[in-house]
Amino acid sequence: MNVEELQQIAAAVEGERAQYEYEVNVCMGTSCLAQHSDRIREAIEKEAAGCGKKCRARRTGCMGPCAAGPMVLVEPAGIRYGHVLETDAKEIAESLGRKPVARLDPQLGSYFEGQHFRVLENVGHIDPENVEEYIARGGYEALVKALTEMTPAQVIEQIAKSGLRGRGGGGYPTGLKWDTVAKVKGAQKYVICNGDEGDPGAFMDRSVLESDPQRVIEGMAIAAYAIGATKGYIYVRAEYPLAVQRLTVAIQQARRRGFLGNGICETTFSFDVDIRLGAGAFVCGEETALIASIEGKRGTPRPRPPYPAVSGLWGAPTLINNVETFANVAPVIRKGGEWFASMGTARSKGTKVFALTGKIERTGLVEVPMGMTLRQIIFGIGGGVPDGHKFKAVQTGGPSGGCLPEEHLDLSISYDALITAGSMMGSGGMIVMDDTSCMVSVARFFMEFCMTESCGKCVPCRAGTVQMYELLTKICQGEATRRDLEKLEELCEVVGATSLCGLGQTAPNPVLSTLRYFRHEYLAHIDEKRCPAGVCEIGDARRLAHDAARTEVHA
Amino acid sequence: MSAEANIRTLTIDEVDISARADETILEAAREHNIDIPTLCHLEGLSEVGACRLCLVEVKGARRLLPACVTRVEEGMEVTTHSAKIDRYRQMVLELFFAERNHVCSVCVANGHCELQSLALRLGMTHVELPYQYPQLPVDASHPRFTVDHNRCVLCTRCVRVCGEVEGANTWGVMGRGAQSLVITDLKEPWGESETCTSCGKCVQVCPTGALFEKNRAGTKTAKHPEFLPYLRIMREGEQR
Repeated sequence: MNVEELQQIAAAVEGERAQYEYEVNVCMGTSCLAQHSDRIREAIEKEAAGCGKKCRARRTGCMGPCAAGPMVLVEPAGIRYGHVLETDAKEIAESLGRKPVARLDPQLGSYFEGQHFRVLENVGHIDPENVEEYIARGGYEALVKALTEMTPAQVIEQIAKSGLRGRGGGGYPTGLKWDTVAKVKGAQKYVICNGDEGDPGAFMDRSVLESDPQRVIEGMAIAAYAIGATKGYIYVRAEYPLAVQRLTVAIQQARRRGFLGNGICETTFSFDVDIRLGAGAFVCGEETALIASIEGKRGTPRPRPPYPAVSGLWGAPTLINNVETFANVAPVIRKGGEWFASMGTARSKGTKVFALTGKIERTGLVEVPMGMTLRQIIFGIGGGVPDGHKFKAVQTGGPSGGCLPEEHLDLSISYDALITAGSMMGSGGMIVMDDTSCMVSVARFFMEFCMTESCGKCVPCRAGTVQMYELLTKICQGEATRRDLEKLEELCEVVGATSLCGLGQTAPNPVLSTLRYFRHEYLAHIDEKRCPAGVCEIGDARRLAHDAARTEVHA
Repeated sequence: MSAEANIRTLTIDEVDISARADETILEAAREHNIDIPTLCHLEGLSEVGACRLCLVEVKGARRLLPACVTRVEEGMEVTTHSAKIDRYRQMVLELFFAERNHVCSVCVANGHCELQSLALRLGMTHVELPYQYPQLPVDASHPRFTVDHNRCVLCTRCVRVCGEVEGANTWGVMGRGAQSLVITDLKEPWGESETCTSCGKCVQVCPTGALFEKNRAGTKTAKHPEFLPYLRIMREGEQR
């Protein structure tokens, strides 16, 4: 495969597209598919053919505004429809080339304002199960360029220059990581893509894998070339069947086109990728636990050092990056590190994909430049809090992160700013809460998550999360004392300082951040036996609810 | 490389000491009679760094480091005891006690238990955290040994000795979090295990009363894990 062949493939795709006057793109992401977007697509195709329009209805990946799904995008006019039903197919087909169907306007307002698509640049424009369409959008140009024009050192130099940092949450400089693995001597090295996204409310990696799987494979192949690896693994949760299916197809197609296998692009470089399914343990997102899981062992972390860069999969030097990190690689190589670094803040470059969920008008997948404020994301793109409720807090970073209150809404998003404010970037979950959320209950929810997801290897995490969960339950039930709060804070400190891996070390974060910003809510539960948000059932309310539940059982 | 190049000098609790480059902080400290409490560590077995009792402060390190897996480095400044570390260790111990049904007065290992001695040594007077009182089974199906999960601290010494020294791999861990349990084979009764050689090494290395020999009580329940380092040296000698 060389540049000319890529261009030929692209020309063929364009040629086919030119045969049609209209293109109706139907979202085949998990949430739209759950609402039968596949049937909608068939119906539109049939109806369009019925009224003699030169139209093709295509399958594409997630378009972003999931709450308005199933989504349909009509090209070349660029009209979006939301909440489409199978019965709307006829109307959509008839409207092609005429006035759009006003009734199906998704009411997205300023959803796309300020968004900047780099990772998601192909999303909604290509069929995820068609490698040729990926190539037509500039796909695999970067791999060909890296293999034929650049040395591995030059590839790493560009990545380092881009200022790209790990998108899985830690924010470790990607260039530095690649450089370390490249320098470690080893006959066999591995590249691992971490797709074990498990934070509550996060679906960025799933969407990328479902919508543009080739992009991740290309990023992995470039990384393998840079560090001298010949084998790669993509570790995906088994709970993502659609992502797994699309990845499987993508890997087969990439092999057939010669982007994976022996002698890639007529060079001596060989690289192949296999999928490994996670059995649904959150801790397997931790790199050493993930490696143990791929090795077929119990998914538990081990103390570091040695880091995977030195001794990883089967003791070999291993590069492990997140899905979104790999998805950022191809454009960096195609356009250069400086281009990438031109966007973002001083120490956080490029864009970040967020899964915007919770009490928000427009739930969905968004990609924004680093440095954008939380207010712009939540109130601009997300459309604010619905039903006249008041914004209370936004949770970022999943169970490792924290809740930020209103006064931090003008915080510019970057790795360091979020940590200073007591939260963290995490993989990109962003859960908005309004005045009907009790912050103690929120902290309790995340603690319950950490408690059930603890692997059980080290005692502070295994037993400490149980104790903290019980104390939080006590507070929620209005049965706690000030001494319990002290004990909770003490446990937070000890568990955070002594746990073996990131799961336990960050498990107290949701408690600590809510204590920092919403201490008055804790105190209201403890001193006044009252839940300010009216969520927790305390005292009489609890007894009444208890009695009601009983009556129901007996009735 | 000359022999001198493999020696590192460091300070532990402000005492200047030297150690081989491949030694851990724990090994170096014990050679110089500096006390670092441990529970999951046992000489002769691989390290897991799970009990978190050997955490020490190393100057310049962002976090506390487990002494059992951290290698010595030139110029390292290690602190093994401070008000903060001692407080953390006590709390970790409390977590151990509150997690399962550790009631010393009615335990077969009373007086010979590493968890009990640690509590005494670290000056733990009481457990403030509420006991969890989980309902855990006791498996007495083996003709010679019993496993009482109520006393287990999940140090995985039994798992390691069975796999690494005996080579039977009878013991394993199932479940996760607080529901973790050491099991024989695929959670079959110990007595019905087809892989168990009844060698009893797991019983000897168990730090508490979780694994014990039947028909023994009082002074006779003392464990003797000292065989391990010797066994290892003998075997290494054979290989040479």
